[in-house]
Amino acid sequence: MGKDPIISIRGAVYSYKGAPSPALCGADLEVLPGEWVALLGANGSGKSTLAKICNALLEPTQGDCFSLSMDCRDPACVPLIRQGAALVFQNPDDQIVASIVEEDVAFGPENLGLTSGEIRRRVDRALELTGLSEHRRRGSHSLSGGQKQRLALAGALALEPKVLILDEATSMLDPEGRAALLECLRELNASGMTLIQITHIMEDIARAGRIAVMQSGRIVWDGLPADFWRGEYLRFGFDEPGELALYRELISRKMIPEGTRPIAEDMAEALCL
Amino acid sequence: MSLTAEKITYSYNEGTAAERPALRGVSVFVGRGGWVSVVGHTGSGKSTLAQHLNLLLTPKSGKIEIDGKTAVPGSSGARELRRKVGLVFQYPETQFFAETVREEIGFAPSNWGLKKDELEDCVRAAAAAAGLTPEVLESNPFRLSGGQRRRVAIASVIAMKPDYLVLDEPTAGLDAAGVRDLTRMLNEIRAGGLAVVQVTHDLKSALEHSDMMLVLEKGREIYAGTPEETASYLAEHPVKGLVLPPLVRFAGRMRQSGFDIPIISGIPAMLGALSEGARRI
Ligand SMILES: Nc1ncnc2c1ncn2[C@@H]1O[C@H](COP(=O)(O)OP(=O)(O)OP(=O)(O)O)[C@@H](O)[C@H]1O
Ligand SMILES: Nc1ncnc2c1ncn2[C@@H]1O[C@H](COP(=O)(O)OP(=O)(O)OP(=O)(O)O)[C@@H](O)[C@H]1O
Ligand SMILES: [Mg+2]
Ligand SMILES: [Mg+2]
Repeated sequence: MGKDPIISIRGAVYSYKGAPSPALCGADLEVLPGEWVALLGANGSGKSTLAKICNALLEPTQGDCFSLSMDCRDPACVPLIRQGAALVFQNPDDQIVASIVEEDVAFGPENLGLTSGEIRRRVDRALELTGLSEHRRRGSHSLSGGQKQRLALAGALALEPKVLILDEATSMLDPEGRAALLECLRELNASGMTLIQITHIMEDIARAGRIAVMQSGRIVWDGLPADFWRGEYLRFGFDEPGELALYRELISRKMIPEGTRPIAEDMAEALCL
Repeated sequence: MSLTAEKITYSYNEGTAAERPALRGVSVFVGRGGWVSVVGHTGSGKSTLAQHLNLLLTPKSGKIEIDGKTAVPGSSGARELRRKVGLVFQYPETQFFAETVREEIGFAPSNWGLKKDELEDCVRAAAAAAGLTPEVLESNPFRLSGGQRRRVAIASVIAMKPDYLVLDEPTAGLDAAGVRDLTRMLNEIRAGGLAVVQVTHDLKSALEHSDMMLVLEKGREIYAGTPEETASYLAEHPVKGLVLPPLVRFAGRMRQSGFDIPIISGIPAMLGALSEGARRI
């Protein structure tokens, strides 16, 4: 049985006011419920703009955009789309609204008209997932750069959205924090949350089931990770993660068995190191 | 000629109920042409340290020395010294103030009494060094993509022609070409005598490109050494927030099994050693 897409964008065009050229010029993206799509592309290729279209923060000047089966152009649907397809901004300062950490996380759920018990449950969970529990009473603007990024993520998680759009949401996290966040995303995705992950860090997309590449305001490639790493990545100037490169070499020399995962420790085990 | 921080201690909101110790006795040294990378978990004090190096924050104890002169906070000498140290902030918007990218990048050089075309050359050279095309010069820096903003922030500090360049997470938000270009550019200006202090979560880049590393944990300096020494240290001592890059972990496993390869090795070296079965024991 074919599923209906949860996000469907066709021929989206968008121009910022006063900008010399359009940021999007006919972008198409269809995402099915439960998918994990990595959205890649050079600086200025239109990723953040497309993310804001999916989340109904920007309205395309041309083309169609449906999120959660609602028309992004319908003013009555806009608030529902913003909550149901939550966006974590590239710069957390654009997202932080309240002066105290826990109040900032509660802001979204409060606007959903939930009971105070439910709000508290969601805030506690989001703070826990992002490792911010110990900072909950602190001033939002006195956090370090990475702590702010976690706060922006907590605010989106507290909405318990069907779709989570992450715009470079790990760029300021330490390696351990990034790994923990990716594991958390894996669990959320396993429990049905649809993920759209924008990033420049190739190591971070290991769990994505699909990769879409943007160039000059369009999606120019869309397919499976295996096909992407088979050579397409070179065409677009991306770097192959070291782990994958090593894996390819070891497999092609038959030094490790097929089926070994391309993870440093697993490859070391397979070599009896 | 060097930039030195000696046993810096600093707390935010000192003396209030909200006091937060951020640095506890941290030292840094970078000589002309050097590249020091500062790594550590979220909230470990890296940005606080970066802001001390450019004299934006005043230590509670300890001192900052630039080219042998101690910076006395608030003195006219300190203003003079501060010009030698350029800081690129963690979030580029923090440093923007101008209406156009041209004005943003040209701010420092516009005070040097240059002719109009000399100033324009200066702006264009800095923009090109950061990988910005001339069209972007007319744009408002706040109305650019994330990676473009990062490039403007880097260009405007390069344009100041500092002797010491302090970069706080400069590769965050840059695409692959941007990261490669930045590394190349930093090495070029280093060859001309400029020194780099880079705060980064990208351990791979820190291990590959710097000549010294400083590891912070909860505001304390817990290790300082060359990339090789630091990688070996981190392989044996888990440090909050840090995970060595996969290939370094793999090389570590090879070394444990008796292979004689450096902890920071490329794939060809690893494959060579593995296929020769070149174990020491
Ligand atoms: N607020 C804005 N006003 C005007 N133009 C903008 C604005 N934001 C982005 N642009 C322009 O739109 C284009 C697409 O930008 P967008 O932010 O979508 O890129 P991106 O793929 O997210 O890039 P990055 O990887 O650098 O974040 C760029 O040319 C950019 O300069
Ligand atoms: N303005 C401030 N007021 C109060 N505390 C602050 C302020 N800025 C930072 N801190 C705290 O000081 C400590 C060090 O912060 P700093 O920003 O130096 O960390 P960092 O190592 O740069 O972290 P990140 O990797 O997240 O950017 C953290 O506990 C942080 O919460
Ligand atoms: Mg972006
Ligand atoms: Mg910081």
